Amino acid sequence: MIPEIGHFALILALCVAVVQGSLPIYGAAVGSSTLMSVAKPAARGQFLLVLLAFCCLGYAFAAKDFSVLYVAATSNSQLPLHYRIAAIWGAHEGSLLLWVFILSIWMVAVSFFSTHLPEAMRARILGVMGLVSVGFLLFMLTVSNPFERLIPAAFDGRDLNPLLQDPGMVIHPPMLYMGYVGFSVAFSFAIAALLGGTLDAAWARWSRPWTTVAWCFLTVGVAMGSGWAYYELGWGGWWFWDPVENASFMPWLAGTALIHSLAVTDKRGGFKAWSVLLAILAFSLSLLGTFLVRSGVLTSVHAFATDPKRGLFILVFLAVVIGGSLVLYAWRAPRVGLGGGFSIISREGMLLANNVLLVAALGSVLLGTLYPLFLDALDLGKISVGPPYFDTVFVPLMTPAIFLMGIGPLAQWKKTSLPELATRLRWAFAVSIVTALALPFTLGHWTPLVSLGLLLAIWIVTTAAVDLRERLAHADGSSLLGRLAAMPRSYWGMVLAHCGVALFIVGVTMVKGFEVEQDLRMNVGQTATIGGYTFQFDGTQQYKGPNYIAARGTFRVSQDGRDVTVMYPEKRRYTVQNQTMTEAAISPGFARDLYVSLGEPLDDGAWSVRLYHKPFVDWIWGGCLIMALGGILAVSDRRYRLAWRHKEADVPAATQMARQTVS
Amino acid sequence: MRWLLVIILLIPSLAAAEEARPLADNPQVEARLKTLAVELRCLVCQNQTLADSNAPLAEDLRREVREMITKGMSDREIIDFLVQRYGDFVLYRPPWKATTTLLWLGPFLLLIAGATALVLALRRRQKKLVDVTLSEAEHNRVAQLLSEGANRP
Repeated sequence: MIPEIGHFALILALCVAVVQGSLPIYGAAVGSSTLMSVAKPAARGQFLLVLLAFCCLGYAFAAKDFSVLYVAATSNSQLPLHYRIAAIWGAHEGSLLLWVFILSIWMVAVSFFSTHLPEAMRARILGVMGLVSVGFLLFMLTVSNPFERLIPAAFDGRDLNPLLQDPGMVIHPPMLYMGYVGFSVAFSFAIAALLGGTLDAAWARWSRPWTTVAWCFLTVGVAMGSGWAYYELGWGGWWFWDPVENASFMPWLAGTALIHSLAVTDKRGGFKAWSVLLAILAFSLSLLGTFLVRSGVLTSVHAFATDPKRGLFILVFLAVVIGGSLVLYAWRAPRVGLGGGFSIISREGMLLANNVLLVAALGSVLLGTLYPLFLDALDLGKISVGPPYFDTVFVPLMTPAIFLMGIGPLAQWKKTSLPELATRLRWAFAVSIVTALALPFTLGHWTPLVSLGLLLAIWIVTTAAVDLRERLAHADGSSLLGRLAAMPRSYWGMVLAHCGVALFIVGVTMVKGFEVEQDLRMNVGQTATIGGYTFQFDGTQQYKGPNYIAARGTFRVSQDGRDVTVMYPEKRRYTVQNQTMTEAAISPGFARDLYVSLGEPLDDGAWSVRLYHKPFVDWIWGGCLIMALGGILAVSDRRYRLAWRHKEADVPAATQMARQTVS
Repeated sequence: MRWLLVIILLIPSLAAAEEARPLADNPQVEARLKTLAVELRCLVCQNQTLADSNAPLAEDLRREVREMITKGMSDREIIDFLVQRYGDFVLYRPPWKATTTLLWLGPFLLLIAGATALVLALRRRQKKLVDVTLSEAEHNRVAQLLSEGANRP
């Protein structure tokens, strides 16, 4: 009964979405206030209906209702409750429901936090979001219904893939989807502006905080996915250029380009058409990512052939969304104004160059991800595109981007003089070069890549320091603290996010350059020393988990004779799917991680064991979190808080115009 | 006194247990295997390199590569042998050939196209933009409006 209620709620949600996607947009076109006012209640109603459906599926999982096909396929009576709940998004159908649910959360958020927008704009935004929702709900109801019954019911479920039975599963997908779907807000703002022909600086100012928040979620989501792979897969890698990872990385690159281009549109009125294009791109890639990951097409293009209905729906949906918005763009964009003029050597110019680099990098990732699929589909042979390819093309594209990242904030808007910039930055450059060349030697091992990585990281930090010093010199206020406090939060947000990138680069460089790894055969009582730490193996013990049996090893770690920690790596066998999982033990630290993973049992209680010493590896994720923190700080800037409180309409039109032309 | 110190310093190392042996018989072979294996695909896995995979087939293949290294075959020979047997699919670094030209050139073509488009667009834009110069009165008006705006909370 409960699953039927969920199913019915989805059907109702579809009806509401159709209304939300049509009436308000039509109303905005003909200027009917009554029709436009449908948008808000429709968005909220749709949220409640999807919430109901979501809860119904959650209940089916909690109550172990194996008469629901999806529940039987992705859970098991032995599976602990929190993983049964997380199993809602454990496979294709439920992921779509999570997608729509999160979309409805964003819709409700827009309906609450958009009171300062003109009514037509708000109606169009919610209308476009409603249309996106129609697509997803239709997809679910026609070819991937999570509430489909299994008659007769299964005696027990086939269990969640053991890889997914991890706390990461509980929060990584929702975070990632908050980011993916968050770009639908930026997309809807862009489409609404194209529809209404009101593509101005105000549009950029309104959509900026939404885009930044979505970007923050996506940053955290991608970082968590990477961290999860690091500890769950058991071989110490943190990024594999796997198509699934690429699918989440591409929208991130597009989103990063978008927030920078929106900054120019907001402050200088330029790049309008480009910002709109990026917003469309970011959302299209989110859609592509969702479908690529969940449709099974990545494993093999033949997944399309085995389930042609789903594949066809996906292709048509993508074609409608992407094609439709590009047609609208082509039709409307030429009418968009140009904004303020600027020379190529200016802050605008550098941001634009950075955008080109980011988009080229994004294009390469897309190319590398889809190329094998195309070759296979065209019967031109099967190839694999993996880390060696991506490393080769990605580093040369990102190096100039990061170099520009240091200069950009110091360049003036409109026009800047290169010789003057060079003088201002000569110390930062000298310090970066010298440190980057010298530091690897003191660490005992010099390679060009280590030096390059350190150079870029130090460059970001030193240029930020130069910038801060110059700004402080010009700021009002007598005391240093006063002047520091006078800096807007959006500025601090930018500095913090850029420093996050620097930390990230340090992490990547150090772990690539100085990681130590040993494959050992360890008898009980034997020791091994790696990176100054001595590991003593005290044997393994068998124990039984809720749905697995495990061998748990004990490793006592000491440094210079002092005990540091005890680590317990495990080898688990999940009984339902009879799958073996390596649960590595990790001892995290500020400057290093110790990582132990159990291989295979050998004779006499000995095991094959892999030990790693990974310097600064946690900086990779720390850097990402700091980037996201920078984003949040930027969103909390005074002018956005004022925007919530003050309706923009209160400000006399003349002042508004003057602000736009001058600021 | 000095002897005592030496003895005290020696105690931990005396008490320390025996060192574990590397899993591989020949660490040099293992190092070469490792550099090769990170560029090879585990054929039965979803998406893992040969170095990372724990699948039995990957284990077999590693053993085979190890044997080839011990026999004194060069990296080139080993890779050629594997490609002959499994096709290009086994390589994570796709070889340069007619069907992969676009893959390898693509990123740099994208960059060149992007840079050209950028320069052209900016040039065209520069031409279209007409310099708007404000008169003295307009300047004062803007300043006045701005200060009004600034005085608002």
